[in-house]
Amino acid sequence: MSALLELAGVSRAFGGLRALSSVDLAVQRGEVVGLIGPNGAGKTTLVNVVTGVHRATSGRVRFDGEDVTRLRPYQAARRGIARTFQIVQPFSAMTVLENVTAAALFGGAARSIAEARAQAREQLAFVGLEQAADRRAGALTLAMRKRLELAKGLAMRPKLLLLDEVNAGLNAVEMDAALALIRGIAARGVTIVIIEHLMKVVLSLCSRIVVLHHGELIAAGKPSEIVKDARVVQAYLGRRYAEAQPAHG
Amino acid sequence: MKRDALRAVAMFVLIALLPLAGDSYWLRLGTTMLMYGVLAISWNFIGGMAGYPSFASAAFFGLGAYAGAVAQKLGAPMGFAWALAGAAALVFAAALGVALLRLRGHYFAIASLVVAEVLRELVNAATDLTGGGMGLNLPIPRLASIEGQAMFFFYAMLALAALAFAAMLAAMHSRLGFGLRCIQQNESAADMLGVNTTLYKVAAFMLSGVFVGVAGAIYASWVHYIEPPDVFDVLYSVKAIVMVLIGGAGSVFGPLFGAALFLSLEELVWRNYLQVHTGVLGLLIVLLVLFLPKGLISLRRRTA
Ligand SMILES: Nc1ncnc2c1ncn2[C@@H]1O[C@H](COP(=O)(O)OP(=O)(O)OP(=O)(O)O)[C@@H](O)[C@H]1O
Ligand SMILES: [Mg+2]
Repeated sequence: MSALLELAGVSRAFGGLRALSSVDLAVQRGEVVGLIGPNGAGKTTLVNVVTGVHRATSGRVRFDGEDVTRLRPYQAARRGIARTFQIVQPFSAMTVLENVTAAALFGGAARSIAEARAQAREQLAFVGLEQAADRRAGALTLAMRKRLELAKGLAMRPKLLLLDEVNAGLNAVEMDAALALIRGIAARGVTIVIIEHLMKVVLSLCSRIVVLHHGELIAAGKPSEIVKDARVVQAYLGRRYAEAQPAHG
Repeated sequence: MKRDALRAVAMFVLIALLPLAGDSYWLRLGTTMLMYGVLAISWNFIGGMAGYPSFASAAFFGLGAYAGAVAQKLGAPMGFAWALAGAAALVFAAALGVALLRLRGHYFAIASLVVAEVLRELVNAATDLTGGGMGLNLPIPRLASIEGQAMFFFYAMLALAALAFAAMLAAMHSRLGFGLRCIQQNESAADMLGVNTTLYKVAAFMLSGVFVGVAGAIYASWVHYIEPPDVFDVLYSVKAIVMVLIGGAGSVFGPLFGAALFLSLEELVWRNYLQVHTGVLGLLIVLLVLFLPKGLISLRRRTA
């Protein structure tokens, strides 16, 4: 079977800046792929190109057997690509339930508002936010807003979920809960691409890691290979990290 | 929704009884209030629900007035002319929406403000059809009496206001209204969630245009004579916004309530303080908007 998501020679320029240059990447169904790289490497841009926020300057994006290079965001969403935002973006004045209902109604399979609301309740229960259903989304703590983002993404019944630093800013306890949640989502069969700065998180979740640096994909492979890759170590992880790793694998 | 609908029916029935109580002054005032109500409800679609600060009301109003007037001049029956005016406003709003709704915030506001000016110039220039700056006389309807005419236009405006209100109520509780609320809160997030933002915004803009277009045509038939500066008056745009802001943007009864209040203020101030008219009105508006940004409707919610 072909890959769920396939980028072929994808570039994206902002003026003179090449935020992505000629990226080739294939994500298989059911995979949990970690996308890492230093600040400004182009990780969020890659998500934006896949979801149709930015159009690729050149190259092709295929999703689920179809060319999606030129789709608008709402079209990508309806085909099964959901994402969370690095900077969470709830509809602040709406309730938590309404936020997730919107996702189920417009991005998911719900045929009526009532049906969408029922689906939203399920997702809220899954991420542990059912108690907060009637609270204003803008009044939630950061950890809860990150969960809300996840619930919204899930309510869209995605085939592919792109998580852009969903764990940033969480404390250790919140982080453990979030990791358990992401594992739960993967167990449902959702393919996940996760952008993450904490290597601990990446290594514990991902079956494969790809590394971006200055918009170029400089490495891709098993976690154990990536942490030893000379280019990755130099560009991102730093020598000390590599030396601290036990020499197995 | 049911409760709102029942309340609305009760309210419109009460308004319908107005001619029993009042003389021609009240009838004229009532017709104007309903026309303002149509303007406010219509603006609520695009400004309140979608959050796009449109100044296009005057353009739709003038377009409707001239479409209706020209159609009548060419021999169309009045009712048909009104429907035609609505259709013209609807189509115009669709085309305009596709072009303008790419802009956001102040840019959209300014672009929409210019439209009425452009239309006014076009009407001025098309002298053969519109009479240009000389204005246009409409046939006086063959109705028994002056009072009969006043009554007729009052009920016509009432029917239009009720229709606009029903459309707003239905939209608010539908997929469209939900999507528009998402757009109003965060458009790019709405897009990413699967809301076809362009389609929804254009739909809202069309709804904000169609009833105003018909109102313009009814107004033209009512006053028998229109000229460009009268029906393309930018004050129609400004008033629509102010009325909704007074009443409460995005709320169900806010626009109508704001329209009634605004007209009362206008009448009161105009009759008693003729010289300071605009100044006093402006001051009142500023105070209201400053201290009650969510409209007077929010007072009830606060105390409830
Ligand atoms: N809309 C935009 N307009 C102009 N430049 C942009 C835009 N979006 C991103 N960039 C630039 O593209 C480059 C890649 O940015 P991107 O946000 O993809 O990095 P990132 O890998 O997500 O970084 P971080 O880890 O800080 O989130 C940066 O230099 C950034 O300034
Ligand atoms: Mg980023």
